[in-house]
Amino acid sequence: MGIKAVGISKRFGDFVALDDVDLQVETGRLTALLGPSGGGKSTLLRIVGGLEDPDEGTVHIDGVEATGVPAQRRNVGFVFQHYAAFKHLSVFRNVAFGLEIRRRPKAEIRRRVHELLELVHLDQFADRLPSQLSGGQRQRMALARALAVEPKVLLLDEPFGALDTKVRKELRDWLRRLHDDVHVTTVFVTHDQEEALEVSDEIVVINNGRIEQTGSPNDLYDHPANDFVMGFLGPVTRLGERLVRPHDIEVLATDSAGAVPGEVVRLIRIGFEVRAELRTGDSAPWVQLTRGQAEALDLQPGRAVWLRPAHDASTLVAR
Amino acid sequence: MASDLLEAPVAAPAPVRPVRPRKRRLTRYALRFVAVAYVAALVAMPVVVVVWRTIDQGASTFWHAITAPDAVHAYQVTAQVAGLAVLINTVFGVGVAILLARYRFPGRSLLNVLIDVPVSISPIIVGLALVLVFGWTTGWFGPALQNAGIEVIFSTPGMVLATAFVALPLVVREVLPVLEEEGIEQEQAARSLGANAWQRLVRITLPTVKWALAYGVVLSVARALGEFGAVRVVSGDVSGQTQTLTLVVDERAEQFEPGAYQLSVVLIAVSAICIVAISLLRPRGEC
Repeated sequence: MGIKAVGISKRFGDFVALDDVDLQVETGRLTALLGPSGGGKSTLLRIVGGLEDPDEGTVHIDGVEATGVPAQRRNVGFVFQHYAAFKHLSVFRNVAFGLEIRRRPKAEIRRRVHELLELVHLDQFADRLPSQLSGGQRQRMALARALAVEPKVLLLDEPFGALDTKVRKELRDWLRRLHDDVHVTTVFVTHDQEEALEVSDEIVVINNGRIEQTGSPNDLYDHPANDFVMGFLGPVTRLGERLVRPHDIEVLATDSAGAVPGEVVRLIRIGFEVRAELRTGDSAPWVQLTRGQAEALDLQPGRAVWLRPAHDASTLVAR
Repeated sequence: MASDLLEAPVAAPAPVRPVRPRKRRLTRYALRFVAVAYVAALVAMPVVVVVWRTIDQGASTFWHAITAPDAVHAYQVTAQVAGLAVLINTVFGVGVAILLARYRFPGRSLLNVLIDVPVSISPIIVGLALVLVFGWTTGWFGPALQNAGIEVIFSTPGMVLATAFVALPLVVREVLPVLEEEGIEQEQAARSLGANAWQRLVRITLPTVKWALAYGVVLSVARALGEFGAVRVVSGDVSGQTQTLTLVVDERAEQFEPGAYQLSVVLIAVSAICIVAISLLRPRGEC
């Protein structure tokens, strides 16, 4: 159930957008397709939504084969980065669009649209045109419009990509809460790892037309399968032969078991956080500390320290 | 209006070196004078002469001229020919604009160039070419058409073809840029909401381009009503049968019969209405 895509390949001319990709999304989950731009995640989403046809592979939605079924008969909700608002229709008519196409009774349409507009906090704007709304409001309208037809799956293509940081954060929280209420199977595409880590139940990391790793946010952060996933999900530094997260390095004032000697090169303070740039025999790691930790160790440039990965730190051998 | 247009580029860029205001004002007046004189000599004076001659000949002459049987018949022919040609061009224009904006196919750029051919080819040549293709005695399809009893040349179908040909690019060139600017996302959103191709066209695409389309249609109407050369060749110019209004005006003027000025005023009046319609549509079409 949910979404099952098997063996999906897609080329645009010489460019391989997707290369034999398998994607499985559980019913009712909120899944993020995460990766750098041009990596193929949007193409995969559009193939699931029927807006793009795969060269090879099959798509099943809720156990029903959807490959080759045109988008208008897939019953999939799609939300675009640039809202794709119907500019000539009011907010009400935008949300009602799918229901009007399905020839639902007028009274039912009115009731359902107002329900949805309340859900996305736009009820007082029902008679406005999209051009009279802010970006965040337009995207909430687009979400209500997609939800109106009670889709089997909801697909969001960089839904917050065109919004400024503050609105993006608000909408992120709001999407998470909305999903907790509505529970529709949701897949969203993002290149922002913080967004993926914060919002989703599951993350699929896609790069160069392939899936690098699939798992829960904590799983991926703590046990990355390779250096790409590790680097994409958070900061990485190199200590000796190993890649490690900068907050997973212990800085010690005295020599201890498993620690390597080093020297503080530079200290940068960013609010409560202190970044210490260091030098060891064969690497130049940086370490993320709290201000308290840095003061307790009396760190300053030139001071000799000993470094080791924290005992529960995830590390990878550097390539 | 002409002076407004000329003022903008003079006033807009901030001069690097301060120019003496008096000198700038002089330049502005000179430019304004040249523009107004040019437009007056080229456009306004001939129109004024025609209107003045009409007034000079009196109201009853005017009434007789515009209600003469030939003239009334010409109104009907003109309306029929222009109406059909504009209808054909509207449907075709929207179709081709969607094709060019939404699809990539071999021959696309060739089609894009061909659309503009009618603007660069003289209407007389268009008329002659149509005769060569559809004429009963000379045309490629002539014998076949004659056997089927379908008269194209010297008849309404030929005049509609000729008029449609000369007005061909007007709708396409208005609608295409709007479609390209709006992009495909609204249509894809409608698709994912369950709309089929027809529903997407009627509910999304046409409302999106409606002002550009209206503008293109008005331009086509003006162009179709005024068409002379191509229609003259294919119609045979038979008095009281295949004469459009422009052909009647030409006949009256050539034979020094009364009515040429009066009927010209009718055409000018219709053009004026079109120009007003265009200027009303334009700002809304741009937003």
